Amino acid sequence: MEPDLTVQLGPLRLTNPVMPASGTFGFGLEYASLVDLRQLGALVVKSVTLHPTRGNPPPRLCETPAGILNAIGLMNPGVEVFIRDKMPLLEPLGVPIIVNIAGRAQAEYAELAARLDGVPGVSALEVNISCPNVKEGGMAFGADPQTAALVTRSVRQATRLPIIVKLSPNVTDISVIARAVEAEGADALSLINTLTGLVIDVEKRRPVLGNTTGGLAGPAIRPVAVHLVWRVARAVRLPIIGMGGITSASDALQFILAGASAVAVGTQNFVQPKAMLEVLEGIKEYMIRHGVARVQDIVGQLQV
Amino acid sequence: MQQHIGRVVVNSEIAPGYSLVTVHLPVVAAAARPGQFVHVKAGGGYYPLLRRPISIHRVDREQGLVYLLVEVRGPGTSWLAFQGGGTPLDIIGPLGTGFPRPSTERAVMVGGGVGMAPLVFLAEEMVHYGIEVDFLLGARSELQLLQREFLTGIGAAVQVATDDGSCGHHGRVTDLLPPMLAKGKEVTVYACGPRPMLKTVAELAAGVGVPCWLSLEEFMACGVGACRGCVTATRGNDEQVTYKDVCTDGPVFAAGEVVFFNGA
Ligand SMILES: Cc1cc2nc3c(=O)[nH]c(=O)nc-3n(C[C@H](O)[C@H](O)[C@H](O)COP(=O)(O)OP(=O)(O)OC[C@H]3O[C@@H](n4cnc5c(N)ncnc54)[C@H](O)[C@@H]3O)c2cc1C
Ligand SMILES: Cc1cc2nc3c(=O)[nH]c(=O)nc-3n(C[C@H](O)[C@H](O)[C@H](O)COP(=O)(O)O)c2cc1C
Ligand code: FES
Repeated sequence: MEPDLTVQLGPLRLTNPVMPASGTFGFGLEYASLVDLRQLGALVVKSVTLHPTRGNPPPRLCETPAGILNAIGLMNPGVEVFIRDKMPLLEPLGVPIIVNIAGRAQAEYAELAARLDGVPGVSALEVNISCPNVKEGGMAFGADPQTAALVTRSVRQATRLPIIVKLSPNVTDISVIARAVEAEGADALSLINTLTGLVIDVEKRRPVLGNTTGGLAGPAIRPVAVHLVWRVARAVRLPIIGMGGITSASDALQFILAGASAVAVGTQNFVQPKAMLEVLEGIKEYMIRHGVARVQDIVGQLQV
Repeated sequence: MQQHIGRVVVNSEIAPGYSLVTVHLPVVAAAARPGQFVHVKAGGGYYPLLRRPISIHRVDREQGLVYLLVEVRGPGTSWLAFQGGGTPLDIIGPLGTGFPRPSTERAVMVGGGVGMAPLVFLAEEMVHYGIEVDFLLGARSELQLLQREFLTGIGAAVQVATDDGSCGHHGRVTDLLPPMLAKGKEVTVYACGPRPMLKTVAELAAGVGVPCWLSLEEFMACGVGACRGCVTATRGNDEQVTYKDVCTDGPVFAAGEVVFFNGA
C-alpha cells in the first residue's frame, strides 16, 4: 500500500511533508530545469520585503566546517515585483506557494500580509522574525516574546491566509517565544533560522563577510535544530516545520520524530538540487520498512 | 543547464599545482560558450560541502570532452586535481553568460594565473572566426606559465610576464597591455584573473575607450541565481550601485559596469 504522506499544517493541507527552506531555493524557478517542482509538498520562496532590497555588501558567503555562513541581507525585488513577475509563473505549478515575508517594522509585516492576501496561488505566509543579517527588524522581532507576539497579531489581523511564524535559535528560551506566537493566532511554526556566527581572516585581521557576522546553516547546525524542534514541540500544540542541516531522509526523520509535521531542506539544495526528492523517496521507503501507514503517525514519536 | 555525471578521462599535472582534467561530458561540450563555467561537487561528503565553480577551459565537441584547468588551492580543488581516469564527477552546467563576440578584428586577452583558463576557449573560437588574437599571459614564474605552447599552436600571438622575471617581461602582465591598445587598430579586450589585475585592465581600456570584458570570481553556493550569495557591485547608466549575481548575470561583465574598491 502507498504510504500516506499528507500533512496538515493548521488549515493548510500538503500532499507531502517536504519543501525548501526560504532563501535556499530562490523563487523555485531558478531550479525548474533541475528539479520537478510539482513533486514538492510546498514551495517556500525567498523572503520578500515591502520595497526592493539591495542586500549586504559582498562577500556574502563562506564555507565553514560542514556548513556555510551567509549574510545575504534579504536581497529581493520587493513584493510588487514578486506578485507581478513571479506569481504568474508559480501559480500554474499547482503546488502550495508559501511566501516568506520580512519587515523592518511591525507595520510593514501587516502591510505585506494584507497585500498578499487574495493573490492567486499564495497558500500561506511564513513570517520571518528571525533573519540575523539585517540591521532593522529581522531577528530583533524574534528575540523578544512581546515583539514576536505583536508582529504575529498584526499579521493575523491583516490576512486570512494561514500564518507560519519562523523562529530564531538565537534566543535564551525558544519555547517562550513559541508560546507567545501561538497565543496570537499563528497556525504553525517553522524552525530553525540560522545561528549567528563570525569567521575571521587572520592574515587580514578582518571578518570574511562584508556584513561582519552571518548566519550559520548546513549539517553543522542539525543537532541544535533537532533539539530545538523537540523542545518547541513539547511547549506548543502548533504543527512545526523542522529545518537545519537536512541532507537525507534519515536527517529529515530525526526532525519528524522530534515533533516536526513537515521538513524543509536548505543548504543541501545548493549541493544537490535533487535532495528534496531524495528525502521524500527515503521517507516513503522508511515508512514501508517500518509498517507506518501515515507519516503523521510518527510525528513526535521519539522515545526517551 | 542540467545536472550530469561525467567521467574523468585523464587528469594530468601540467605545471606544479595545476591540473588539466579532461571530462567526458558531451551535452556540456555541445552547449558551452566561452566564458561559461560548471559547478562541480568535489567528493561525496561534507568537506568540502558546497560545489566549486570551475571555468570551461576548452571543449572538444567531436569527442564530447570538456577540459578543466584547476589550480590547487584548498580541499575542493585538491580533490579535483587528484581524480584519476574513470572517476564520476557530479556536474551542473554549463552556467553563466559567456563572453560576447567582438565587433573588432583584433582581440587582446589578459590572463593572470589560472584566470587564463576560460580565455583559451575564447581564443580558440576567435581564431576560428578569423579574428587576430594577442594573448598576454601572466604568472608568478616560468613554471606556472600555463598552456603557452598550446596558445602559440592555435595561432595566438603570446606575450609573457612573470612576477619574478624568470621568463618574459619582469613585472605585471598588465604592463604589456598599453602597447596593444596603442597600435591604432580597433581591439576588444578580454580579461580574467585577480581583481587588482582586472581593475588595472579596466582602467587602461577605459583610458583609450576600447570595449573591455571581465570575467569575475566570487564565492558561490547555488550557481544558478537562487541564493544571491555571489554578487558583485555594479554601476548602471544611472550611477546607482546595484548588486548583480556573478553566477547568472556574469561571470562576464562589461568592464565599465564593475565597481572596484580600494582592495579592488
Ligand atoms: C566563475 C568562476 C570560475 C572559476 N574558474 C576556475 C578555474 O577554471 N580554475 C580554477 O582553478 N579555479 C577557478 N575558480 C576558482 C575556484 O572556484 C576556487 O579556487 C575554488 O572554489 C576553491 O575551492 P577550494 O575548496 O579548493 O579552496 P577554499 O579552501 O574554498 O579556498 C581557497 C582559497 O580560494 C579562495 N576562494 C574560494 N572560493 C573562491 C571562488 N569561488 N572564487 C574565488 N576565490 C575563491 C578562498 O578565499 C581561499 O583563499 C573559478 C571561480 C569562479 C567563481
Ligand atoms: C543562503 C541562505 C539564504 C537564506 N535566506 C533566508 C531568507 O531569505 N529568509 C528566511 O526566512 N530564511 C533564510 N535562510 C535560512 C534558511 O531558510 C534555513 O532556516 C536555514 O538555512 C537552516 O536550514 P539549512 O541548515 O538546511 O540550510 C537562508 C539560509 C541560507 C543558507
Ligand atoms: S551562487 Fe547563488 S546566486 Fe550566484
